[in-house]
Amino acid sequence: MSLHRNRVGDQPWVRRTLIGLAMVLTVIFLVIPVVVIFTQALSAGWSTLAGNILDEYTLHAIGLTLFVALLTVPLNLIFGTALAWSVTRFKFPGRKLLITLIDIPFAVSPVVAGLLYLLLYGRNGWLGGWLSTHDIQLMFAWPGIVMVTVFVTCPFVARELIPLMQQQGSEEEEAGVVLGASGWRIFRKITLPNIKWALIYGVILTNARAVGEFGAVSVVSGNVRGQTNTLPLHVELLYQDYNIVGAFASASLLAAIAILTLVAKAFVEWKQAKSEHSAPETRGV
Amino acid sequence: MKTFLKGIALGAALLSAQPALSADRELLNTSYDIARELFAAYNVEFQKHWQEKTGETVEIKQSHAGSSKQAQAIIQGLKADVATFNQVTDIDILHTRGRLIPENWAERLPNNSSPYYSTMAFLVRKGNPKNIQNWDDLIREDVSLVMPNPKTSGNGRYTYLAALGFAQDQFGDDQDKIDDFLASLLGQVRVFDSGGRGATTTFVERGIGDALLTFESEVLNIADRLEGEYEVVTPKVSFLAEFPVTWIDDYTKQNGTEELAKEYLSHLYSEESQRLLASFNYRVQNETVLKENADRFRDLKLKSIDEIAGGWENAMKAHFASGGKLDQLQRRR
Repeated sequence: MSLHRNRVGDQPWVRRTLIGLAMVLTVIFLVIPVVVIFTQALSAGWSTLAGNILDEYTLHAIGLTLFVALLTVPLNLIFGTALAWSVTRFKFPGRKLLITLIDIPFAVSPVVAGLLYLLLYGRNGWLGGWLSTHDIQLMFAWPGIVMVTVFVTCPFVARELIPLMQQQGSEEEEAGVVLGASGWRIFRKITLPNIKWALIYGVILTNARAVGEFGAVSVVSGNVRGQTNTLPLHVELLYQDYNIVGAFASASLLAAIAILTLVAKAFVEWKQAKSEHSAPETRGV
Repeated sequence: MKTFLKGIALGAALLSAQPALSADRELLNTSYDIARELFAAYNVEFQKHWQEKTGETVEIKQSHAGSSKQAQAIIQGLKADVATFNQVTDIDILHTRGRLIPENWAERLPNNSSPYYSTMAFLVRKGNPKNIQNWDDLIREDVSLVMPNPKTSGNGRYTYLAALGFAQDQFGDDQDKIDDFLASLLGQVRVFDSGGRGATTTFVERGIGDALLTFESEVLNIADRLEGEYEVVTPKVSFLAEFPVTWIDDYTKQNGTEELAKEYLSHLYSEESQRLLASFNYRVQNETVLKENADRFRDLKLKSIDEIAGGWENAMKAHFASGGKLDQLQRRR
């Protein structure tokens, strides 16, 4: 057999088949569905699409979804940076455990996450009695939606930062300490510029997930139209109403956000690659 | 950062202040997933009624999801004023597990607190090619069926109970024959969907099966929507599927909406509302409206859960629990 002499892919037919297969699968599983979303949304014309999007409940769903993302992203930006900083710059007992724990939201199904929050903060939950006597409504209101979204998206920023910060090491910061810079100054002048692009990348992923989260939000939302209905929930609701065009109109908004995310992601990756490439000269340790 | 915080404050204000700006009173109705259009229409009718009566404007918020999920949400603190469900058991647990309503909730409004009802019927393809007229036609070898799964949906349970009711009429006390009949019926099912809408999609969009077994209201809706493509078959015997409603005592007290919530539900029994409900293909008790819609709702023998299985609790235990009758019959195949 020629396998002993040639590497896989050396023969043109192998290469062509593999590339062709990858292309076909990409088109079938990724491109066609995205195209279908937009064609369906536009199947009754632009004015119907506009009418569907400008519907009172759809507008509220868009507003709520953006509002949730607006709260979730900064919270996880701070949390993720603080976490990555502490596990890569300090040695302490339980450090490895903390790095593992941060992955819980990835490992747990979002529906389970929603149920966990419900069991904790719901009326019959552990904290439910206290919350209810103080007239604090967390579940089935926007705070609950923000809470589960923060939970589901919390690993993204930290997961982006930890490998990078581990790889970069702490020599530069240590040099800063020796030269007498304050902690905040070290973070601002040394750490932040080094992790800037990874941080933005994490933010983009967090935002995409926060906008699109369905499972966890569905459990704690209460599905009240014009009050706690986010855009992904709204899509399902319209679909169950047989309002297929309306459902696809809302879905096309989500898809548009996804595509914008991809563009932003590609841009950041390109920037990141560039900055890493030029790093040795500018840093010059 | 400052502008960012301002943005958040503004967003929160917009989200929370919206209702207060527009109406004097607010009411939250939690309902089952396919009742949106029905209550969208009824809410307009009720808003008019309430304004005539009190001069106040009401904003009615709607929440729609599967009625078991809704019951769970209410128990966990969704502060709904009224529940309008499609399953009696889901309202019962508001009492048994939530302690939010009294045990006698069903006696507080007429007809077991069920302002409208439906039954289980069949949708067949144009011209009824397999000549399906009644339950015993469904067990023929050449007939394939689509229905929601009785394990996961109330809709499917109702169909199962309707078939059981038919078999009881047919075979009397002969339990073996009843079991054989149910087993053959389940054996003819091509697709068990998880819910009612899913079953409709399977039958209509994917073109699977000779008959769809689901609520008469759903069957009539599809026949209206896709005129000429399907035919409605009403069996001679079927199940009385009640659509129970209740106000939620604890929450209406907290929200100060007791009177409004009670009126919202009582008004469902008025003649105008009953006419509206009938136009959504639900059966109603009002005599005048009944006469107006005689051609749409064909006469049949309706059997209640008490007649068929001695109440919901017994039905759930004997038939639908793990290892119950349904599991035994399905394992036979």
